[in-house]
Amino acid sequence: MSSSDSIPVDQRPDSIRVDLRLIADMVEPGSRMLDIGCGEGALLAYLARYKNVDGRGIELSMAGVNNCVRNGLSVIQGDADTDLKDYPAAAFDWVVLSQTLQATHRPRDVLEQLVRISHRAVVSFPNFAHWSIRSQLVLRGCMPVTGTLPFHWYDTPNIHHCTIKDFVQTCRDADIEIEQAIPLNGDGNPLSFSGTGRFASMFAQQGLFVLRKKR
Amino acid sequence: MGPILVAWDRRESKENIDTNESQNLLMPSLRYGSNGFYTMNTGIADSQSSTAGGKIVTLGTDTPMQLDCGVELGPYTVAYQTYGTLNADRSNAILVTHALTGDQYMADDAHPVTGKPGWWTLLAGSGLPIDTDRFFVICANVLGGCLGTTGPKDLDPVTGKPYGLSFPVITIGDMVRAQKMLIDHLGIEQLFLVTGGSMGAMQALEWAARYPDAVFAAAPIAGAARHSAQNIAFHEVGRQAIMADPDWHGGDYHSHDVIPSRGLSVARMTAHITYMSEAALHRKFGRRLQNRDALTYGFDADFQVESYLRHQGSTFVDRFDANSYLYITRAMDYFDLAAEHDGNLAAAFAGTKTRFCIVSFSSDWLFPTSANRDIVHALNAVAANVSFVEIESDKGHDAFLLDEPEFFEVLAGFINGCAEHRGLA
Repeated sequence: MSSSDSIPVDQRPDSIRVDLRLIADMVEPGSRMLDIGCGEGALLAYLARYKNVDGRGIELSMAGVNNCVRNGLSVIQGDADTDLKDYPAAAFDWVVLSQTLQATHRPRDVLEQLVRISHRAVVSFPNFAHWSIRSQLVLRGCMPVTGTLPFHWYDTPNIHHCTIKDFVQTCRDADIEIEQAIPLNGDGNPLSFSGTGRFASMFAQQGLFVLRKKR
Repeated sequence: MGPILVAWDRRESKENIDTNESQNLLMPSLRYGSNGFYTMNTGIADSQSSTAGGKIVTLGTDTPMQLDCGVELGPYTVAYQTYGTLNADRSNAILVTHALTGDQYMADDAHPVTGKPGWWTLLAGSGLPIDTDRFFVICANVLGGCLGTTGPKDLDPVTGKPYGLSFPVITIGDMVRAQKMLIDHLGIEQLFLVTGGSMGAMQALEWAARYPDAVFAAAPIAGAARHSAQNIAFHEVGRQAIMADPDWHGGDYHSHDVIPSRGLSVARMTAHITYMSEAALHRKFGRRLQNRDALTYGFDADFQVESYLRHQGSTFVDRFDANSYLYITRAMDYFDLAAEHDGNLAAAFAGTKTRFCIVSFSSDWLFPTSANRDIVHALNAVAANVSFVEIESDKGHDAFLLDEPEFFEVLAGFINGCAEHRGLA
């Protein structure tokens, strides 16, 4: 049995979510990283193992936190709305907010905190202007339920949906520079058109953005 | 908070509460073990016998220790236990810091005084989260204690009589300073981990703040960076109970051949309530009656909960010194890590490289999650490496001593992760 066989399944290079892999590839080895809404710690574990990243996590669910700490990851129970203000400016090289922005109470404040505490911030969220969502709303008159938004209106944790267009505008308003914009499909695979244009607005199920404070 | 509760939890399934034992509360007597743990006739226990085979070292012989109160103390003794083996590069040492009424026998199978298993035998031992096969585990009786480390029942070298109330008021900082001298004496430059619950958590925090380079990782469990007004209030009730006992004699009970057992029992009973949650009290006792079918219309222990508390009080006086109780509760009251840094708790940890794991228990109202979260916020403010978990439990503050598998798994995960970073296989 080779040594690679002993690596737990969820830490193999190809086993984290595609969009997380995309993020992981951006992060330089040895950097300081904060993963907000880190869940069970898949990205943190991957980066610790393969890129020697000094990673921390914040997770709302106790079960998620306990699972992370049980696996030797540095994770606290907390939430993006209240706990980011504690960190000093530029405490991290990277901060990641994956699929969580739409569940925060004050998303714009959160975005401003992200670029304050970290040199770069990666934010991904479901694009509420995707054609399948538009069509469910327009043609069926129902709140959309899709692969990236699997909840019903009454049980969704998502309280602040936005579209890629909204997001771009909000960044502009908050003096946040968009370094990179990557449109993703439902599986988290990158699409080949511009991340901020009309195609992205209509055909990207998710948007993934690299942000930093405007200088 | 002490081993008694652990012992209780283990026996409660087997037997009912012993009412005979609890009745002794009202008839204080000197019931000491044959090992001479308290030798009331001479007023002082011999240091070797009082540690009952544990390790003991005399420190501060060349330079006395400067206490926070301004007094110099030295030489003084530190009694301690070790488990496991120190590795060649002395990098696998874990210091466990004990709580108010705990002691150094944390992982012993049989406590030398009570005969019960040590207070953290569920957590520390071969193959357990604090694995004595991998780590060299040290636990020392705190300064001011009564199981071998210098405290108020020991002889004052100046007078040749027990210190009593002439013993200087000590602080959590003083306890940690004494432990640091012990660690230096053992030739350990950096502890792999400092961990403990309750007052043990206070010591772990003090260690990390005062000697950051000597602490690779710290796990303060169910603690706080300062003692709350409510907690000081409960301690004051306990102290007043002791001092109101005529047998206390202004702290000089040793020369009267008595101990203030009634006062100390009441102090323990009060404190014990704070270690439990309402849910736990209800689950264990409810309004059930103790060995009787009806109320007696008197002041006997009609209810099981009364009998339980009396039992806790009466057994406590056998193993704990009343003056030590005064001094150690005072040390906890004085603890305020932020105050030492101009009110800024984060400043206590500025630049720290120590890896932290903060643990709280959901039903702990003595050292609640909010107090533990304050520590987390301070550590975040200096971008420290910190984990924080709140364990769901209805057992109150005492949960840190009890069988809480999720807590054990979390601590084991933290320790293993740190061991990997420290290069400990």
